Amino acid sequence: MSVFAIIVLMILLDRVTKTYQPRKMAALDRISLHVEPREFVIIVGPSGAGKSTLLKILTREEKPSSGKIIIGGIDYERLKDKNIPRLRRKIGVVFQDFKLLPNKSVFENVAFALEIAGYSNREIRYTVPKVLNIVGLKNKAKNYPRELSGGEMQRVAIARAVVRQPKILIADEPTGNLDPKHAWDVIKVLERINKFGTTVLLTTHNQEIVNRLKRRVVTIRDGKIVSDRANSGYNE
Amino acid sequence: MDRRFITLSRVFRSGSVNFVRNISLSVAATAVMVVTLTIVLFSVIANATFNHTIQQINDKIGISVYLKDSVNEEQRNELLEKLQENPEVKSVEYISKEKALEDYRKEKKNDQDADALIAVASVENPLPETVRIKPHEYEPDKIASITALIESPEVKELYTETSYSGSRKDAIDKITNATSFFKRAVFAGVVIFAVISMLLIFNTIQMAIFNRREELNIMRLLGANPWYIRGPFIVEAMLYGIVSAVISLLLINSLFVFQSQAFGATSLGLLDLQYTNTYFASNFWWILLLQLGAGIAIGVVSSLIATHRYLRVSHPMFRQKLEKLRLRK
Repeated sequence: MSVFAIIVLMILLDRVTKTYQPRKMAALDRISLHVEPREFVIIVGPSGAGKSTLLKILTREEKPSSGKIIIGGIDYERLKDKNIPRLRRKIGVVFQDFKLLPNKSVFENVAFALEIAGYSNREIRYTVPKVLNIVGLKNKAKNYPRELSGGEMQRVAIARAVVRQPKILIADEPTGNLDPKHAWDVIKVLERINKFGTTVLLTTHNQEIVNRLKRRVVTIRDGKIVSDRANSGYNE
Repeated sequence: MDRRFITLSRVFRSGSVNFVRNISLSVAATAVMVVTLTIVLFSVIANATFNHTIQQINDKIGISVYLKDSVNEEQRNELLEKLQENPEVKSVEYISKEKALEDYRKEKKNDQDADALIAVASVENPLPETVRIKPHEYEPDKIASITALIESPEVKELYTETSYSGSRKDAIDKITNATSFFKRAVFAGVVIFAVISMLLIFNTIQMAIFNRREELNIMRLLGANPWYIRGPFIVEAMLYGIVSAVISLLLINSLFVFQSQAFGATSLGLLDLQYTNTYFASNFWWILLLQLGAGIAIGVVSSLIATHRYLRVSHPMFRQKLEKLRLRK
């Protein structure tokens, strides 16, 4: 692995292993993955294959048992605990269960991501409506999450994830709780964000979405990468 | 604008907004706090009134020493001096034979039977000179050196008798033992109430934050600093404290207004209700300050502990120990 690779790659995983209990089967078994900037990568695999563990390691919710991780130039081995919040502000994450703050309006939920990063009130007032416009929720800014449909909530979550213009957007089963029409709306938003230059990492179970997207597909089974193909369809 | 100021203002704003948006939770937590602060304040005032009453009872009983007629001025002054020097003595009063007769006359103004006695007395006064001693505290073990002084042989030959002897001594000792017991019991009551209240408030705030632990988790995942997450919760708990301190004070205040109208009396048996009112009025600002301080302190401490649990913000030293333990496994 050359220095060149470290600089050019957006995500570099080298033999990343995660074991929760010693002498038991590893949740992740020597995963090596290279993702270039602006790539759109779909990660598929059955439940319990290790997809969620992989994403948790990327957002530093979990530490790997061994292996090297460099994301956007940040070496996780050298990352101090107190800098984890700063790392998380560089990575946008979208969750299956949306994880919106229930007591905040749509606007405030998106603005929160900017507030914690220390943006000024003026920047917030300027940026948030623009992003809400991109996800098509300009006229729902004052609503609360409980007043929105699942698809709308997920689009708020995406707006919140991308408002800080992260280099990487991680979407963990963003369509898992949505019906096909809304699911596709969410995927279209992701594609749009990818077109603006953000690297997108998407995990999904949805075969139709994978087949329609025609992107790079990484298949994980039992903690190992079993296939990695460009312009692929769903094969499990 | 300074970045730190922006953060602080956002924390305060978000805390107050949360207070309003989680109104049902805020009302519940504030209500618990009002009740407990009121109980504590009430028991503090009751304690003050009770102490005042005890003090009044104690003021009425003093030790009187009835001097022999043979005692000259020098001996008397020496005794007075000795008593004044004693640290247990609050005040010493000397009553001459004439003053004693005068007092007696005033006391028996309407008593026909006493007239003859007074007539005789004005020729040759039978009343003794009296030294009246008031101790600071009227507990048997706190007047030990006074009694020792009175019982000493050189003093003993100066007087015929004292009021603190025989059956009177027993009665006084009984009263003082009872009052000192009550004093302690009431104080213990105040402390117990305060502790229970604190636990109750603590528990309520813990529950309130437990209900919203997912919010804490979401903020953490979005990359908020631990203090930025905790801040609004702490502000919210502070608001519970401030609002309930004010409400509880208003409650007690209106209770006093109502009480003085309803009873139309200044005392209830031995208890001096007038004093309760004056105590409350004269210490109003202190009470307000203490209420606010207690409310805010309990709110902040409980929210700190409660949020700590869900944020896993541990001390670096502690974290190192944890890592070591994990490695050993």
